[in-house]
Amino acid sequence: MDWGAIFSNAAVELISPTTAAYALAALGLAVHFGYTGLLNFGQAGFMALGAYGYAISILTFGFPVWGAFLVGVGASVVFALILGIPTLRLRADYLAIVTIAAAEIVRLLFTTNTFASVTGSANGLSGYKNEFAALNPLAEGSYGFGPFENNAYDTWLRIVAWSIVILAALLVWQVMRSPWGRVIKGIREDEDAVRALGKNVYAYKMQSLIFGGVLGTIAGMIFALPRAVVPSNYQTTLTFFIYAILLLGGAATVLGPIIGSMIFWVLLSFFSGFVARAVEAGWLPFMTAIQGGQLRFILVGVAIMLIVIFRPQGIFGNKKELAFVR
Amino acid sequence: MQPTHTAQRYIPRMLAILFVTLLAAFTMATFSVSSAHADEVGTEYDFTLSGNVKFNGEALDGVAIAVDGNGYTADTVTDAEGKWAIGVPEKGTYEVTLDEETLPKGVVVAKGGNVIDTEFGLTDRKSVNFFLGEGTRNTVSFFDQFVNRFVNGLNFGLLLALAAIGVSLIFGTTGLSNFAHAEMITFGALMTLVFSVNLGLPIWLAILIAIALSGMLGYGLDAVLWKPLRRKGVAVIPLMIVSIGLSLALRYLYQYFFGGSTSQLPGAGMTDIKFGPISLSPIDMASMGISVVVLLGVAYFLLRTRIGKATRAVSDNPSLASASGIDVDGVIRIVWVVGAALAGLSGVLWAYFRPGVSWDMGFQMLLLVFAAVTLGGLGTAFGALIGSIVVGLFVELSTLWIPSDMKYVGALVVLILVLLFRPQGILGRKERIG
Amino acid sequence: MSANAGPQGSPAPLEPPVPTQKPIKTTGLHIGEAEPGCAKVDPILVVDNVRRTFGGLTAVDVAHVEVPRGAITALIGPNGAGKTTLFNLLTGFDKPDDGKWTFDGRSLAGVPAYRVARMGQIRTFQLTKALGLLTVMDNMLLGAKGQTGENMFRALMPFLWRNQEEENRAKALDLLTRFKLDTKKDDYAASLSGGQRKLLEMARALMSDPTLVMLDEPMAGVNPALTQSLLDHILNLKSQGMTVLFVEHDMHMVRHIADWVIVMAEGKVVAEGDPHEVMKNPAVIDAYLGQHHDEDIGEDLGAETENVSAIKELLDDER
Repeated sequence: MDWGAIFSNAAVELISPTTAAYALAALGLAVHFGYTGLLNFGQAGFMALGAYGYAISILTFGFPVWGAFLVGVGASVVFALILGIPTLRLRADYLAIVTIAAAEIVRLLFTTNTFASVTGSANGLSGYKNEFAALNPLAEGSYGFGPFENNAYDTWLRIVAWSIVILAALLVWQVMRSPWGRVIKGIREDEDAVRALGKNVYAYKMQSLIFGGVLGTIAGMIFALPRAVVPSNYQTTLTFFIYAILLLGGAATVLGPIIGSMIFWVLLSFFSGFVARAVEAGWLPFMTAIQGGQLRFILVGVAIMLIVIFRPQGIFGNKKELAFVR
Repeated sequence: MQPTHTAQRYIPRMLAILFVTLLAAFTMATFSVSSAHADEVGTEYDFTLSGNVKFNGEALDGVAIAVDGNGYTADTVTDAEGKWAIGVPEKGTYEVTLDEETLPKGVVVAKGGNVIDTEFGLTDRKSVNFFLGEGTRNTVSFFDQFVNRFVNGLNFGLLLALAAIGVSLIFGTTGLSNFAHAEMITFGALMTLVFSVNLGLPIWLAILIAIALSGMLGYGLDAVLWKPLRRKGVAVIPLMIVSIGLSLALRYLYQYFFGGSTSQLPGAGMTDIKFGPISLSPIDMASMGISVVVLLGVAYFLLRTRIGKATRAVSDNPSLASASGIDVDGVIRIVWVVGAALAGLSGVLWAYFRPGVSWDMGFQMLLLVFAAVTLGGLGTAFGALIGSIVVGLFVELSTLWIPSDMKYVGALVVLILVLLFRPQGILGRKERIG
Repeated sequence: MSANAGPQGSPAPLEPPVPTQKPIKTTGLHIGEAEPGCAKVDPILVVDNVRRTFGGLTAVDVAHVEVPRGAITALIGPNGAGKTTLFNLLTGFDKPDDGKWTFDGRSLAGVPAYRVARMGQIRTFQLTKALGLLTVMDNMLLGAKGQTGENMFRALMPFLWRNQEEENRAKALDLLTRFKLDTKKDDYAASLSGGQRKLLEMARALMSDPTLVMLDEPMAGVNPALTQSLLDHILNLKSQGMTVLFVEHDMHMVRHIADWVIVMAEGKVVAEGDPHEVMKNPAVIDAYLGQHHDEDIGEDLGAETENVSAIKELLDDER
């Protein structure tokens, strides 16, 4: 068995743009769920808006990178308003159902053949990377070492992706230790109490929904840059994976989502690599390679259950500040 | 379902064809667009999609089939034996389209539409078959279509209701929004498949066994997972996330054992019988009949039996019910068993309605079930029934105006609009919402 | 006897607790006879025809009532009288079917709860709403009004709000010292005892310098020793110029500190007056004796009106 390949493939995930995208999306969910107590199950919809907003702006309208970025962010602000206006006054589980429905609406609208000329329907979109690559200041060549060695484009992408993640983490950290964050955390504990103290709870929840949603949208753009935009990537399962990451790291922490994403992807890659090779080597005679691939999803599901039941504060959460919405 | 080819449906098709053509040109794919002979297309690839187009045992020659997916497109026509095959570069999900224009006059795709999404299972070959039936195109009047869709929508709404009542009762008694209900739906269909197709039992017996097993699954889940968690005092939101984890694990467990393919239950694709403008298969009629009888039974249970009344009391106010001497845990156990059995039955009917049994069929329906429950008012069993019928009708009727691949969009938009104007749902009580 | 049944099942003290200091009673608050709905010399809160129904049950139906400024007014009545519902209506936490009410001459009908609070009418809750996973100090700071740093964008620039934060912190510490919670300031509020949470909630309400403090059952679930200090604190509010309106269902508890008592039963104001006079009112005795039989079930189960309606439905079912 080629342990070297398994380990190096797993190590690649540590700083891959996908890991960065999931970390950022999970950070957005931390703002929603961990800090504010909003049950957003539509993070996949925010990500889809980012990815499609960016790709369509460049492919159909020929926008520059910054214009495409703003289109994606703008779309997600509008999306957050549409989600928030009917639901933020209602009980928490209504938001869950509406966000999950809205994310599916977004995905189905991007999948339908009706708008195929713009969205590419089920095949999605590709060929929007040149504009981003053109901004690359790095000369052609290879950068990094070992499993982290990449060509100029991939290195540039990693630098940008992780810079955004770090910037966003600092932003969340600063805003959560400010009086604004105090109100937000108060809302998580008991919104009536905060309302009784003269805070406009509805406005704060809306701000939080937009803030976390925009982080999810930017995550969607990062997610789209190393691959094509395909609607089937933005299913509800994506949101569930991000919840798994968030719960793994700790819901009301800044570092949790980031480290959680790294652990999630490294373990997932290691596990699939190991199982695939174990099947090849005939160690698991009862399993086919495809079944090995499905095994990891089963494990993600089981992991979500176990974390929630036995370590609800996650890896980085403080047991005392059991930051979990009740 | 009787396909209808009006101008409304024609436009998206045109767009799709246009798009496919463009894409083909773009990728410089060089497939002969109108190959008259039926040799395999894409033989250079390892994986093959194939099928056999027959009507009443007679092979149909020259029917156009197109495959689209994973950035790859190809098309072919059937040979004199009605056979076709298209090679594809990788395993994955493909959209296979049968061009109904190329079918002989009087023959249409009877069930499941002329577009099938298919996914490779464990083998390198995957057969895709369309259900053909007698029918005419371009001649159905709007009114006839409306009536037909209405009946279909009612059928769909009733099977949704079977699942939705379980979701609603579980929510009412335990506060849990059970995402794993999707897998309880799939479970019923999968068990029916196992006992009828794999073990060769008669279908009615297979269905009864599947429902009984579903009830046992509900009992088991409550005993092993939910009851201990309630004892532990785990709050509602963490419970919901646990149900999401469970849903994910079960869904991929199904895929692990049953693969990604779609199988048909015995009797699926029976020829429709015409009643004036309405065309229904015997299965559709049986499905509606069973739904109505079972729903009446559930209504009787809730309204007239002591346990049913206790269930509603717990649903109304668990602590008060417990204070009045009702065995809350016992009621919740019954709710899980009944809810899971109803979900299993709903899964069987859903397998005939779609048609087909697949590992994620319940999850495809889950959101509509939630929409139905929310529309009716969270936690009210009869609201769930009304919500389901509204959603079922809306999904089917909306295809008269919007492309059928967006039919779920309409139902979900209605959900959001209803919440905007009547947040408590159709039957919900206003003061229940914080 | 019936009125003495302690809330949350805690044994009622034999002697109702009395404040340690001798309260100075404010008198001469009303104009004319002390009857339900009588006019006050200087009302701060005026309620007209406020009605709220749940399903078929009328929880509150108050024709007219005035709350005197600068005094301690107790709102008493048996369980299910609609006291908390009226509180929720007056503070914007619930919407009445009908009716209007003014605070300091400004109409409050349709005004959302947070604006009511900003106007200077601050409330506490029957089931204490200390924010458990925030520290005691953060709980206090949350009470301060007009904070620059509570704007999302200004929150990113600490130099804009740091000074204000320090001022609020000093004020909070001062209040915490008065309420004897200063040693707990860095603990999570969840770690406080029930009585300490009541104190914290009251102290937090004072952070915004309110003109009217509305306390919903401040003595419920608090041990007798702390009850005394709570009574002292309520008296202090008055001496600092604030108006206090508090809900209590034990009428003996209010005798020592209240300047004025409003009695509710079955959603209506049935009596008003000086605490000693009002106790002798036959309508009050009726109200307390008449409700005794359905009190036992409703006791521990949260909002009273919901229980009553739920029980009625359950009874209908059994028939």
